[in-house]
Amino acid sequence: MEVAAASYVADVDNFKATELRLGLPGTEEEPQKTAVVPTPPSTPRGKKRDVSGPEDAAKKRDGEAAPLAAKVQMVGWPPVRSYRKSCFQQASSTKSKPAAPEETTTAAAGNGLFVKVSMDGAPYLRKIDLKMYKGYRELREALEAMFLCFSGGADAPDVNPSDFAVTYEDKDGDLMLVGDVPFDMFISTCKRLRIMKGSEARGLGSVKNN
Amino acid sequence: MTYFPEEVVEHIFSFLPSHSDRNTVSLVCKVWYQIERLSRRAVFVGNCYAVRPEHVVLRFPNVRALTVKGKPHFADFNLVPPDWGGYAGPWIEAAARGCVGLEELRMKRMVVSDESLELLARSFPRFKVLVLISCEGFSTDGLAAIASHCKLLRELDLQENDVEDRGPRWLSCFPDSCTSLVSLNFACIKGEVNSGSLERLVARSPNLRSLRLNRSVSVDTLSKILVRTPNLQDLGTGNLTDEFQIESYFRLTNALEKCKMLRSLSGFWDASPVCVPFIYPLCHQLTGLNLSYTPTLDASDLTKMISRCAKLQRLWVLDCISDKGLQVVASSCKDLQELRVFPSDFYVAGYSAVTETGLVAISSGCPKLSSLLYFCHQMTNDALITISKNCPNFIRFRLCILEPKKPDAMTNQPLDEGFGAIVRESKGLRRLSISGLLTDKVFMYIGKYAKHLEMLSIAFAGDSDKGMMHVMNGCKNLRKLEIRDSPFGDVALLGNVANYETMRSLWMSSCNVTLKGCQVLASKMPMLNVEIMNELDGSSEMEENHGDLSNLSKVEKLYVYRTTAGARDDAPNFVKIL
Repeated sequence: MEVAAASYVADVDNFKATELRLGLPGTEEEPQKTAVVPTPPSTPRGKKRDVSGPEDAAKKRDGEAAPLAAKVQMVGWPPVRSYRKSCFQQASSTKSKPAAPEETTTAAAGNGLFVKVSMDGAPYLRKIDLKMYKGYRELREALEAMFLCFSGGADAPDVNPSDFAVTYEDKDGDLMLVGDVPFDMFISTCKRLRIMKGSEARGLGSVKNN
Repeated sequence: MTYFPEEVVEHIFSFLPSHSDRNTVSLVCKVWYQIERLSRRAVFVGNCYAVRPEHVVLRFPNVRALTVKGKPHFADFNLVPPDWGGYAGPWIEAAARGCVGLEELRMKRMVVSDESLELLARSFPRFKVLVLISCEGFSTDGLAAIASHCKLLRELDLQENDVEDRGPRWLSCFPDSCTSLVSLNFACIKGEVNSGSLERLVARSPNLRSLRLNRSVSVDTLSKILVRTPNLQDLGTGNLTDEFQIESYFRLTNALEKCKMLRSLSGFWDASPVCVPFIYPLCHQLTGLNLSYTPTLDASDLTKMISRCAKLQRLWVLDCISDKGLQVVASSCKDLQELRVFPSDFYVAGYSAVTETGLVAISSGCPKLSSLLYFCHQMTNDALITISKNCPNFIRFRLCILEPKKPDAMTNQPLDEGFGAIVRESKGLRRLSISGLLTDKVFMYIGKYAKHLEMLSIAFAGDSDKGMMHVMNGCKNLRKLEIRDSPFGDVALLGNVANYETMRSLWMSSCNVTLKGCQVLASKMPMLNVEIMNELDGSSEMEENHGDLSNLSKVEKLYVYRTTAGARDDAPNFVKIL
């Protein structure tokens, strides 16, 4: 068995060696640092197209003759404020971008917005589609229905709604109480839900009864 | 004049418009110095390390408006290491001790802590205006303190600061009794705000003229707010995504149409092209438009909006507008005075849809253009010469060709002649940034013609010390000189040292100046602080070396500024003050 496994590994290595790709032998292809000539930017707007007309084609050819190190990042160049750069990063994380490293749950319109829901003490998580709910009340009812089995039973015969607080993790990674912002905005910023119970949640649950 | 009673002299001084005029009269005689200092209401400190805060407060105890600037301009581009300095604390503490009548504080590129904001909020009972630009070090808790305790607050203007988000609570801290707001700008706050609190705050602020919201504010909230602010002059929208119902946008248009005084528009966070037509009813009255944070709109969306803005005077936009789009701007916006075209791609030599063609079109359509910031893919001498003749009224001309040292796109020559034409034709030029392939010749032109130049930014330019010396010898009004990656060394640095006394500051990074040159400068000019920063190995290695070799080592970063305060005591260990 081990021999077979070893030979399989060896085959994989050989496969890599015979793999057809651009680049000098012995070099690894690094997706970000590959020398690429300037191309139309991958702006957050996914379907960005070339807006230049035919007379600009000549200029683009000049551009393409630029040094191969075109995609290099240099400290402080171009001279753009870091505030501006960080705004653009924020912009690209709200739009659906396939290359985004972090797991985004905002999807293009119509695809459903599934987020994980965890509840303190529950053995497994659930997933719900936020787009299915018109408002906070429907959402809360659905959550209560989903997780009732974990809060009820012999352990806690009297379940007090004010002992639960529904919180969510937003785009920035902060833990927020559900219900402060308009529902539409909540949907666009919510990345996952967490139902807190017990002493952490005492009193919080009763504030929002929407 | 000495026979006049003091009140009369003071009254005469109140007609002096500028700081420099008041500074001048204070030098005439002791009596005038006293009268002037006790009646001075506004003080501007261009470099927070040029003078001790205690001395400012001691000299001007009755100051009402204080402006302080901290880090050098190149800090905007991460060229100044973090923790360099520029702390607001000492200024706020000194003012809290010495001039409790302070009403206005404006700070730029400074490090402000929550504790300082708390102290500010509690120390000045008549405090009215807080403007923070490109500052950092504070959180929304500090803003909560300001909101809670500044009962007479008129302006809270936060521009492009790096603010730590600690939740939406701060906005709810404005008490119900706060009804004096005229200007509120929280566009740079990253987190969410409570829309109910925001609506209530706007509802009780009848004097609100300027309101800039952040990304978290929805279209619905914006519509509700605008119904309350028919006298609004300047608006920064919240987000304008397409995740809202169409009814929301109809409500928005209706609300916008009622704002007859609205002249200036910005924000457009995450704006969807779908939302753009809902802004059209406003366009004819706009004089200012900032679309530069909206990469989601393309050239066609942008031009459809801008072509309706016949009265536009100030336009900030991204380079996705393209040359064609700029031609539309040129034919639509005849009153344009200020144009900024920012890059949407931040790589060196990144792609840009904007070239010299766009700028030439603008110059021929908009002869009133006086302030320009233009990031582009390429430029030619011919274009610059044409532009210089079309627009002889430039006050600010900042051109950034994305690829360093790029020559004339047609002739492959340096761009000396083009920039030479600009400085020759625009005799009132005060600020200039140059880029592309440039030899010492361009500096010869600058030194010869740019007589009113106050600020010059140089990157990847010049051949030899002669270049910098042309500038130092010719530009008598120069206040700020900042240079990076250019072959200027000790000879240029020491060529005209007397100039540094009349300048605010000099910045040189990745040039050819050596430690020895800096030491000579420091010893010749004791009224300057000569700060050197070598991040690679810190100053300890330099001290350990005994030979001349260490003195000839190049200085990574040099910052020289005149000061009456001596060496500062808050410098981090990577900064050495000679």
